[in-house]
Amino acid sequence: MTQYRVLPGPEHFLPPSAASMGICLPNPGEAHINGVIVPEEQAYEEAAKQFLMAKVPTLFPGPLVLWAWNEKAAKKATAIRHLYNTLKECVQPGQTPMLIPMPDYRPKYPKINPEVEINPNHPNLTIWHNKIDCCMFIGVHCHQANLSLKIIRGGTSCYTIAMCAQAGHEDAMLSFRDASVEKIMRLADAVKRLKGTVTPRLTSAKSGASN
Amino acid sequence: MADTHSVIGTKNKKGQTFTDTWAMMNDAPRTPSFFTGSEVIKEALRRASCDVMIAYPITPQSEAAALIGELFAEGYIGDYFRGESEFAVMSQCAGAAFGGARVFTTTAGPGTMRAMENFPMWSGARLPIQMIVTCRGINSPLSIQPDTLEIAYLLNTGMLVWHAETAQDFFDWILKGYMVSEEPDVHLPLALCCDGFFVTHTKDVVNLTPADMCLPPYDPYRSPVPCMDMECPPVRMMRDPFVMKSNYISYATHASWQQEVWAAVERSRKHTIKWLNGLIETENTDAEVLIVASGTAVSQGREAIRLLEDEGIRCGLVKIKVLRPWPGEEIREATKNAKHIIVPEFNVTGWLAKEIRATIPNSERVHSGPRVCGGMTMPPEIIVSEIKTLLGMRTMSLAGRGS
Repeated sequence: MTQYRVLPGPEHFLPPSAASMGICLPNPGEAHINGVIVPEEQAYEEAAKQFLMAKVPTLFPGPLVLWAWNEKAAKKATAIRHLYNTLKECVQPGQTPMLIPMPDYRPKYPKINPEVEINPNHPNLTIWHNKIDCCMFIGVHCHQANLSLKIIRGGTSCYTIAMCAQAGHEDAMLSFRDASVEKIMRLADAVKRLKGTVTPRLTSAKSGASN
Repeated sequence: MADTHSVIGTKNKKGQTFTDTWAMMNDAPRTPSFFTGSEVIKEALRRASCDVMIAYPITPQSEAAALIGELFAEGYIGDYFRGESEFAVMSQCAGAAFGGARVFTTTAGPGTMRAMENFPMWSGARLPIQMIVTCRGINSPLSIQPDTLEIAYLLNTGMLVWHAETAQDFFDWILKGYMVSEEPDVHLPLALCCDGFFVTHTKDVVNLTPADMCLPPYDPYRSPVPCMDMECPPVRMMRDPFVMKSNYISYATHASWQQEVWAAVERSRKHTIKWLNGLIETENTDAEVLIVASGTAVSQGREAIRLLEDEGIRCGLVKIKVLRPWPGEEIREATKNAKHIIVPEFNVTGWLAKEIRATIPNSERVHSGPRVCGGMTMPPEIIVSEIKTLLGMRTMSLAGRGS
């Protein structure tokens, strides 16, 4: 049993992959928080709490849910929009929810506009620029999501959540697996349920660039 | 998105039923058949719902490659052709896998070495290609005979590396291998190795699953990277890749990419344990003397143990089935009681003994040998002799001992 925990960074010049530190992915019906396997229900509560605590809670939808390339993607995109609207309804003054897409994976450094997109090759630019202290990846291909999550953990203090349609992500601080429209809606419901019960941090993310 | 479960129970164009793989491998009736290892590769492929097989002749895998050509002619393989060289074959395999196909190939010895540049590329691009490696000599002067040195070169490519002992292992692991390597959290190539000739060209009784059952097809929509997107890594290799930028972020991206490949190797551990029932197999690990081996050295070890028993010497066995991911914890646990750990190998360098030494406490317990190479056989008597010498017992002199 590993003692390693997947925590907000900045962790290291080059943080290790959580898998190499012995963190395992959850089985169906489970999630993980900081690398510890938990029942999925607990993860909804914790993810909602993290969103409501954050100064800039942000959703990062990726290519798998953008572009309405099939019916399932279109439905997921609608659910994500619902989650974003729920966040806006439930946060307190001073908190700024954002919805920033990861439209593709092309390397764009240094041309990326961090206000309108995030890129897996340099996701820290978007985190730093917008002082994002909690984010959720959804609809990003697993390899690219892990790439982003490790770089974010390495260079920022952002709390990362993954709503993965496959097996989940150990490199996020909290990860769901087998993401579906229903699971996104359940997360939105958890946010609604916790509205007003969580004290927001109202300080920006700690990182070399943003502070 | 595609849903592979939806095809379970339906038939393919050959009339085979797409079958839940767990049920097919564990519950379906088996038919004992007397086949060579090469024929077993063909029979496994018949049931693998393979889209593309690319071949190039090199002993001792040529027979298997040719037999799979027959499968193509019979309509069991989507496409099949001969590449211009091993390097070309492995590059063509990458192209087919990038396009979303289930891909299979076979190689050996110098062919493996010639194609080596492609293997870390396959891993980095997260391509779940399956490659059979029928190990043979790689050095000059030329040898086509069994020798496992090439496996040492594969261990750090980011591929999954399994080492089959028998033709039965081969049959089961080809089919199970796709199940592990195609998991979205793994999605890596698999080098399924065996000792050439010993496995490929000898006949053995192999229990085959029904020929009218086959694996569900590969679902490329579960891939952790997009299929064949010419604008994005990993396909975007040659034009302005991020690795060509000279700045911290580009280097950090590449570093994170490499870490992710090895993270995927780690993730395969859970799936491999499920499908292969563990990364190692053990017998009598409470014994003071333990043989730890992979491939056909395991078979020779079994026979040596039988001979030792006749003389009242108790010896245990650890069969290492999977080399990547490395079963470090399992080996530490299995060897904790052993005073002498004997590692017989079919190669000159003793790469397996080095891996074991780097894994366990009190590594002076590891005795690297006996080793043979260049096609030499390893009579169980030389393992027995090595063990008796270690134990301070008298043993007869044997000609042709390895290092």
